[in-house]
Amino acid sequence: MSLGPAEVGKIAHLARLAIRDQDVPAYAHNLSAILELVARMDAVDTAGVIPMAHPLDMAQRLRVDEVSEANQRERFQAIAPRVEAGLYLVPKVIE
Amino acid sequence: MKPLSETAMHQKTIAQLSAGLTAGEFSSEELTRLFLERIEQYNPSLNAFITVTDDIALEQARAADRRRQQDQAGPLTGVPIAQKDIFCTDGVRTSCGSRMLDRFIAPYNATVVEKLNAAGTVMLGKTNMDEFAMGSSNENSFYGPVRNPWDLDAVPGGSSGGSAAAVAARLTPGATGTDTGGSIRQPAALCGLTGIKPTYGRVSRWGMIAYASSLDQGGPMARTAEDCALLLGAMAGFDPRDSTSVDQPVPDYLARLDQALDGLKIGLPKEYFGEGLDGEVARVVDAAIAEYRKLGANVIEISLPNSQLAIPAYYVIAPAECSSNLARFDGVRYGHRCDNPKDLLDLYTRSRAEGFGPEVTRRILVGAFALSAGYYDAYYLKAQQIRRLISDDFRRAFEQVDVIAGPTSPTVAFNLGEKVDDPITMYLSDIYTIAVNLAGLPGLSLPVGFVGQRPVGLQLIGNYFAEDRLLNVAHRYQQVTDWHARAPAAFA
Amino acid sequence: MEWETVIGLEIHAQLATKSKIFSGASTAYGADPNTQACAIDLGMPGVLPVLNQDAVRMAAMFGLAIGAEVAQRSVFARKNYFYPDLPKGYQISQYELPVAQKGQLHIDLEQGASKLIGITRAHLEEDAGKSLHEDFQGLSGIDLNRAGTPLLEIVSEPDLRSAKEAVAYMKKLHQMVVYLGICDGNMQEGSFRCDANVSVRRQGDPKLGTRAEIKNLNSFRFVERAIEFEIERQIDLIEAGGKVVQETRLYDPDKGETRSMRGKEEANDYRYFPDPDLLPLVIDQDVIAAIRASLPELPDAKKQRFITQYGLSGYDAGVLTTSRALGDYYEATVAALSGEPKLCANWVMGDLSAFLNKDNREITDSPVNPAQLAGLLRRIQDGTISGKIAKDVFEALWAGEGETDAIIEKRGLRQITDASAIESVIEAVIAANPEQLAQYRAGKDKLFGFFVGQAMKASKGKANPQQLNELLEKKLKG
Repeated sequence: MSLGPAEVGKIAHLARLAIRDQDVPAYAHNLSAILELVARMDAVDTAGVIPMAHPLDMAQRLRVDEVSEANQRERFQAIAPRVEAGLYLVPKVIE
Repeated sequence: MKPLSETAMHQKTIAQLSAGLTAGEFSSEELTRLFLERIEQYNPSLNAFITVTDDIALEQARAADRRRQQDQAGPLTGVPIAQKDIFCTDGVRTSCGSRMLDRFIAPYNATVVEKLNAAGTVMLGKTNMDEFAMGSSNENSFYGPVRNPWDLDAVPGGSSGGSAAAVAARLTPGATGTDTGGSIRQPAALCGLTGIKPTYGRVSRWGMIAYASSLDQGGPMARTAEDCALLLGAMAGFDPRDSTSVDQPVPDYLARLDQALDGLKIGLPKEYFGEGLDGEVARVVDAAIAEYRKLGANVIEISLPNSQLAIPAYYVIAPAECSSNLARFDGVRYGHRCDNPKDLLDLYTRSRAEGFGPEVTRRILVGAFALSAGYYDAYYLKAQQIRRLISDDFRRAFEQVDVIAGPTSPTVAFNLGEKVDDPITMYLSDIYTIAVNLAGLPGLSLPVGFVGQRPVGLQLIGNYFAEDRLLNVAHRYQQVTDWHARAPAAFA
Repeated sequence: MEWETVIGLEIHAQLATKSKIFSGASTAYGADPNTQACAIDLGMPGVLPVLNQDAVRMAAMFGLAIGAEVAQRSVFARKNYFYPDLPKGYQISQYELPVAQKGQLHIDLEQGASKLIGITRAHLEEDAGKSLHEDFQGLSGIDLNRAGTPLLEIVSEPDLRSAKEAVAYMKKLHQMVVYLGICDGNMQEGSFRCDANVSVRRQGDPKLGTRAEIKNLNSFRFVERAIEFEIERQIDLIEAGGKVVQETRLYDPDKGETRSMRGKEEANDYRYFPDPDLLPLVIDQDVIAAIRASLPELPDAKKQRFITQYGLSGYDAGVLTTSRALGDYYEATVAALSGEPKLCANWVMGDLSAFLNKDNREITDSPVNPAQLAGLLRRIQDGTISGKIAKDVFEALWAGEGETDAIIEKRGLRQITDASAIESVIEAVIAANPEQLAQYRAGKDKLFGFFVGQAMKASKGKANPQQLNELLEKKLKG
């Protein structure tokens, strides 16, 4: 699998990354090389093998339903790029 | 208090410093000042620290000294350490080696930080690392590369390269690291240290900035297995804030350190000694194995037949998880935000492009692609199936042997800049470490010699939760050898 | 050309937990912006989710209540997309393995008809925050208090054939989640909201038409209107030679129309994969059994029981089981009165409901409790007061003027059953109206009512109506 500039552009958009035009060929080259490396997986037949999502075979632990978090808005918003009236500000969201 | 030779003090292991503090030979404040001075003196040439926390260190040191006086001290009370800058530290910049978080003052502590604070350690600072822990050379840091104290032209390994260089140069007696595909073990090997990646779930991931959640695991880096045992004992344990944390008591890692190795079955995977392994590294590793025979171990050849699939599977799973884990860095609530975004899309794409370096960008792109419509089965699902095969290989191996041994890295430390433009070659330096993360097993690297002036590491892989066994096997070796005690001349 | 409409609904019910699905922040509605968004809800670096057990219990309850298969093992997945109200850049949801699958719900249609609607699945997920579009110098403000609130997404089969059926289904589902106590059902606050998938096809065509998804409908009326508009739009479009495009649309309640949400519509590729921060959710058989045992009586069963146990009509039983609280109130009243279920039903559905409506109160907040209502009805039963006088007493009870007997005494409302007292009232009325008497006796029977009215008025409404009638008839005949 090799990726061309158009595909890189598509993925970059999906990942919300602005890639400068002059950098696209290098990314296309490196991503293609990585996919080639990855393609070595195809050498093995994995039919019927149960995918392994977690290293440990455990079940999800559950939390008791109680409110344990106090308001820390000031603390959290002290590191925010832009806030007003307790809200995080972003360029207009169009619906 | 009697004056102590500086040389003696910074060369001491954590165990020795702990004994010295207990005996009242020196105070934590003296110790802390010494290491802060060494950092000031040597860090400019190494770039091992991103942030030095003098004030916090001295405050913690004085508090530790008070605890000592009140007889409330544990073995680590007053011992200085460094934190990899991936662990959130309340009120202190936590950059993760990225421009994205250059101005991120964490509003809480990672569990590992909490636990080490509770044990009374003193934080000297936050160590340099590959951006978001992605890299094997520490050249992917926004704060510039770290140099290897054994040879300033060489990389220290990565991603915990700052921690490794700082411990090797005696700027701190111990440090924390994280390991997603070898990021504790490989820099430990390249810098002549002992480092252990525990079983997945053994050390809490709360507050440890995620790279690949199903692979990430924190652990200690120090000079000896004994020091790692001390640190790991403080770091490990169940954390209700981490759903993947294992609710199992932490054994006393010191208790079994001295156990004899008679009859220990060590497996050597033939796949770890084949093509790609540097001949001189192989000879050093062979010598270490010979030493283990002398210690009473039985060495047998084993096979991990799917070893060659570990890197391909890893470079699907880790990027897939990272593409999602790093989506939160969007310039809205914290972190880098571009100037004057013209609309929402511009805010996202520019903030993220400016905030992330090229390797992080590459892995996000690979991951987004591997998960995208039409490719999921061929890449992500396939990789998870391979992961199962790799894990099964280990399961079968541990029916035969107690530990698995082999080289940590196929080569000694390479030169700065040597692989930086070739990601694939760079990826291959983790060829022996990655499978361990995929399976979630514990792995340890210990120094077993040199090629030229560059250290060689031996990797020991244990069964699930057999950290005590790994530390024991490493410790016995360190009782009869002195590779771990060697110091790089320029920092001795 | 005859058209058939095909509708499937996706309903999001906020689960009534105290804390969020993956964090310990409060879910209370209406707090100051971002004061209930903790580090986990904000998606701070290094934070991790831990699942709320009550969210799981509630989801399982729902699954059992709709006869679904509750999965012993289900998996949380990440749905990846960028949006400012989505702090982590992904929503934790369930994808391939939801907590419940293959349930069904019975809906009642007009003229006693009913229909079974399939429920494909119900899964747990986290809610997003809110974008506020008040003008902050041309910017939007993000409030993440709602982020991480547990949601149960309930997906129906495309079994609904009209806007009315869709509304009936939605109402039934609303009733169900409120009955189960797993959702407060407050639609204004967004606790229960709906996305509708609407398509049309020619009658008899086995193939489904292209559907449009109408997002975020938060009232029954909007659901009905939006779907009706959308059906018409699609039919007009196709009849004019056009084609329906698969897209997301938004309902504009002011204009009563749906419109395309273009901006958000670019080919979504959510890149679902299992969330590595969460492990598979395992619900053991014994836990499922315990939840099953804890299920309250469900609306359909309760309605049936009311019909057989109390001899109520289907309509009355339906009304009285609309909510658990109403049914409970009714049954408490019957129990306190030890009988007269029809009388109780009439009062609960009549005066009580009217007063609740008038004062905009919930049944749980009624100033007249079942014991008090039963006390009043007992006085009708034993003839102390008439049904008409009882209405006045009820009003006084409602106003808090005391208990029934005290009100009757204080106001002197006790019914007059003494025949001689009634007779004397009648005699006085007859004496006062000689003309009417003459006319009546001349055959103008209709004047009987006039005399009843006058006599009742003279007795201040207290005369026993039956006795009054009998005695009056006798007296008028002379």
